[in-house]
Amino acid sequence: MADALQMAAARAASLGALAASLGTRVPGVSSASVEKGELVVRASRDSLLPLMAALRDGPGFKFEQLMDLCGVDFPERAERFEVVYNLLSVSLNQRCRVIVTTSESVPVPSVHHLWSAATWWERECYDLFGVLFSGQPDLRRILTDYGFEGHPLRKDFPLTGYVEVRYDPDRRAVVYEPVKLTQDFRNFDFVSPWEGMMTLPGDEKAHETRQGLSYLDQSPAGRGTAPKGSVSR
Amino acid sequence: MTAQAPLVTDDRHAGSAGSALAWNREALSPGPEQDAVIKGITGEIAEKGFVVANIDKLVNWARTGSLWPLSFGLACCAVEMIHAFMPRYDLDRFGIIPRGSPRQADVMIVSGTLTNKMAPAMRRIYDQMAEPRWVISMGSCANGGGYYHYSYSVVRGCDRIVPVDVYVPGCPPTAEALVYGILQLQKKIRRTGTILRG
Repeated sequence: MADALQMAAARAASLGALAASLGTRVPGVSSASVEKGELVVRASRDSLLPLMAALRDGPGFKFEQLMDLCGVDFPERAERFEVVYNLLSVSLNQRCRVIVTTSESVPVPSVHHLWSAATWWERECYDLFGVLFSGQPDLRRILTDYGFEGHPLRKDFPLTGYVEVRYDPDRRAVVYEPVKLTQDFRNFDFVSPWEGMMTLPGDEKAHETRQGLSYLDQSPAGRGTAPKGSVSR
Repeated sequence: MTAQAPLVTDDRHAGSAGSALAWNREALSPGPEQDAVIKGITGEIAEKGFVVANIDKLVNWARTGSLWPLSFGLACCAVEMIHAFMPRYDLDRFGIIPRGSPRQADVMIVSGTLTNKMAPAMRRIYDQMAEPRWVISMGSCANGGGYYHYSYSVVRGCDRIVPVDVYVPGCPPTAEALVYGILQLQKKIRRTGTILRG
């Protein structure tokens, strides 16, 4: 147990040192910090390639593997997309997350010559978000249907899309038609299955345990929703 | 359970559709009676060189006894389909052997989510199957889109692409449920009086 704690402390210290060295030593890094125990590096698009090369080959970094490349959409931002690279160093047992931002029209430099695995992920990111990657020779769709239009993981893409398929016996082929739903999508994301009924009769004690409420908790803040009786101490 | 068994047989004898019943329900149990029938048939073959039987019953016996499904696993339901083929449920004992080619298959088990991208391919495979052919739709996704009903990329039920004979509900259906569905399909085939599928 003590060993594990020590190791965790050592890990945190080394990550902190890594963040500090990234922030000062490597150009083009706008911020490097440890967020929730994970090293997060934010970089600019122009300096992405030298940064990634340094992260892969530099001593103390040695991130040999690109575990994942994904996109995130924030429609309210001027540069709405984030491209997230998750790196793993097998030899030094450490991980790193690099984040760059981009918009619909500005391409991100491709990293496929650093990690060849990046090709499929860049294609996926292009397919689902419409993020462009410059220097990527094979920027095709990878997941969606042949002739698919739009980028389905964008926030402004409708859930059900625009087309649906059915077999047309007259034309003897599968045909595409505009989506026609017999019932609209309904959102059942209620707090409880009995909407508005937070505590079931006879279940008050279990509810308090679930919510982290207890008679010993003396702080009055944030207890507005607590059921009657549980705050009287 | 045992109390229900005579009820079923009573039903059978009381019903006017006695001739439309499954051939194997009328099977004789081993004993002198069965021996007599076998001996009689053997004698007939030795004497005349042919046997007289009901052709529709014979055809249905052949169809239900070797219902070869196309191994067409689309998603997680395929795992349950595989379970049904494995020794515990052992579909082989029904003469149900998975085939790798649609040309050799009688029934297509659509086991899993059918996406828009897969739909033309599935229709083509269905068209390549020889008549008579049947389709079992397995699981919520194949039945009606299921969890992905409102997705932009999923067909809302494989019956939009191919005609379905039996729907097996569940997400995923258990192997027993699929076996039951196949038995239901056998029942449906036995009920069919025609030799050509109409």
